[in-house]
Amino acid sequence: MKALFFDRSQPATGGWQRGAQTGKALAVHAVLLTYTVIALFPILLVLINSLKSRKAIFRDPLGLPSLDTLNLGGFEQVLLRSDFGLYACNSLVVTILAVGLVLLLGAMAAWALTEYRFRGNLLLAFLFAMGIMIPIRLGTVSILNLMVQLHLVNTLTALVLVYIAQGLPLAVYILSEFIRTIPKELKEAARCDGISEYKIFFAVILPLLRPAMATVAVFTMIPIWNDLWFPLILAPGEESRTITLGVQQFVGQYVTDWNAVLSSLTLAIVPVLVLYLIFSRQLIRGLTAGAVK
Amino acid sequence: MAKVQLKNLQKRFNDVKVLHGIDLDIQHGEFVVLVGESGCGKSTLLRLLAGLEEISDGELLIDDVVVNHQPPAKRGIAMVFQSYALYPHMSVFKNMAFGLKIAGASKADMQKKVEEAARKLKIDHLLHRLPRELSGGQRQRVAIGRAIVRDPKVFLFDEPLSNLDASLRVQTRVELGKLHQELGATIVYVTHDQVEAMTLGDKIVVMNGGRIEQCGAPLSLYHHPKTLFVAQFIGSPKMNVLAGQVQQASATGVSVMLECGVLAEVAVDGSQLQSGDPVSLGIRPEHLSLGTELPTCFAGEVTLTEELGEATYVYTSNGAGQDLVLKVDGHEEIAVHSQIRFGFKAGMAHLFDKDGMALPRLLKS
Ligand SMILES: Nc1ncnc2c1ncn2[C@@H]1O[C@H](COP(=O)(O)OP(=O)(O)OP(=O)(O)O)[C@@H](O)[C@H]1O
Ligand SMILES: [Mg+2]
Repeated sequence: MKALFFDRSQPATGGWQRGAQTGKALAVHAVLLTYTVIALFPILLVLINSLKSRKAIFRDPLGLPSLDTLNLGGFEQVLLRSDFGLYACNSLVVTILAVGLVLLLGAMAAWALTEYRFRGNLLLAFLFAMGIMIPIRLGTVSILNLMVQLHLVNTLTALVLVYIAQGLPLAVYILSEFIRTIPKELKEAARCDGISEYKIFFAVILPLLRPAMATVAVFTMIPIWNDLWFPLILAPGEESRTITLGVQQFVGQYVTDWNAVLSSLTLAIVPVLVLYLIFSRQLIRGLTAGAVK
Repeated sequence: MAKVQLKNLQKRFNDVKVLHGIDLDIQHGEFVVLVGESGCGKSTLLRLLAGLEEISDGELLIDDVVVNHQPPAKRGIAMVFQSYALYPHMSVFKNMAFGLKIAGASKADMQKKVEEAARKLKIDHLLHRLPRELSGGQRQRVAIGRAIVRDPKVFLFDEPLSNLDASLRVQTRVELGKLHQELGATIVYVTHDQVEAMTLGDKIVVMNGGRIEQCGAPLSLYHHPKTLFVAQFIGSPKMNVLAGQVQQASATGVSVMLECGVLAEVAVDGSQLQSGDPVSLGIRPEHLSLGTELPTCFAGEVTLTEELGEATYVYTSNGAGQDLVLKVDGHEEIAVHSQIRFGFKAGMAHLFDKDGMALPRLLKS
């Protein structure tokens, strides 16, 4: 931390200037730290309480687990006496499929909408923009009807389809903006090289979209992983439950097994954290450096 | 190698006409340089040749085949962009081999062609690098290499050297000249640089507002510009132009009363002119020389000098609209604000009628 402060203030020469710079850096760090603490606090609370006995959770919710309050019963309950593995698997399958398809279809749609002029181009772009503004949950009843008619209720397919619809508009929007920044000479050079339009998209454009796709992936992934609404409505069956829904079985009308709830929430953080790490590695800037001067 | 013919080629963007009918014949292996002011349609013309823009009207023939509707790859052209346009995520080797790979070349063939081109361009030690790890000049050469490996019939260059620093520019220019001789390829080359145009081109095409103003060998454009526009465009610093009226005209020479009050003698065929006609007299800075013994003589005050070492450009003014630049030997010592006298020989000047069309010069040769 100390090194950071001094790095920031190095260019300044005058004493008061250095003071001002350090002050500014301090303020910025203070704000960011506060935010981090606020954001991480609930997660920390879940983590520490998942390790405590039920009594200890209620007696001292903020306390760290000590030797006599340490209790792994929640994890035991979740891992051994429920279908947590199945739920996690369902969540992962749905999230990965949905994110993957959102990325692929989003990039393709964005490319088509920005690169080619065709009839209805503007209308399509407008419809996608509407998709960003109107929450998909407004259409829950019709979606349920549709899924019933398609016999897709209680399948993961239903969830994947809905999440694609949910994630696509923003993906198309972000990726279009990004595609516009790719110099057109690059596509033209490829065309002169005799490369087909498909190949241009997959071999030239898609690799350049990686940072933007990683952003989109993170934005798309979190709401899908955390969603309770659509799993509850479209796939509440035992076989197709996702984690968030699975956790609910420990929340009873009269008694809630807090140990189990907190343990399963703790476990649910892990896969999404891994996914996030994978995507964020792709968030490397300056990938286009060197293409054009 | 290929022959390229443009017949009344036109381009409209929606309702804006950018090219108004370009007619041009490019021979096998010819190096054609397109010059013109910014926005006159040079890049557009190049993109029409490449097939990156649709031709609005007219015909484009490559080797006697109409290619108006053929996609870029089918035309056998390769384009080198001003911004290089290298694929940023591919190594130099892959950049150069990409087109070949798509065309279905064998691995050994690809390797051989890329290495050969790389050797020619002296980038064979860079083949495994990414474009962002190269200098501007190296990127430029990779871009050229990418064009070479595909063995195109026609090369199109859009201001390829404008991003390079001065010394690299000269070096690459010389290399391009050599390369042209080596490959014997047909080349169409857009540039803003006078020296590039004069040294590289077999033929220079001067464009103005979407039309070809004149096209011909570099020296013929320099010595016999057909219009005032071409006369001012070719040569740097540009030709001095003075307005005047014909006093006496004959087939062997014209005397012009310039607006600045000097009587000038010009060796052009003036049989078309009447006395009293408004004309413009053009004289290049390098054809003005110091002295008082010349047939046409000016006096003026030096307002600025630019000393380049081998030569000095002297900017003069007489305070009455006669602003002239002359190029003198670098050894001359000329002080700013001093009065100097200078002039030109009758054979050195150009004369243009009121429409800006040149009158035939009577050169002794
Ligand atoms: N896609 C387009 N839509 C509309 N007008 C265009 C388009 N492309 C070019 N133009 C116009 O065509 C004219 C010629 O452009 P072009 O790029 O060919 O000029 P240029 O001679 O290459 O100029 P420069 O020397 O600056 O590169 C310009 O007036 C430009 O505004
Ligand atoms: Mg241009």
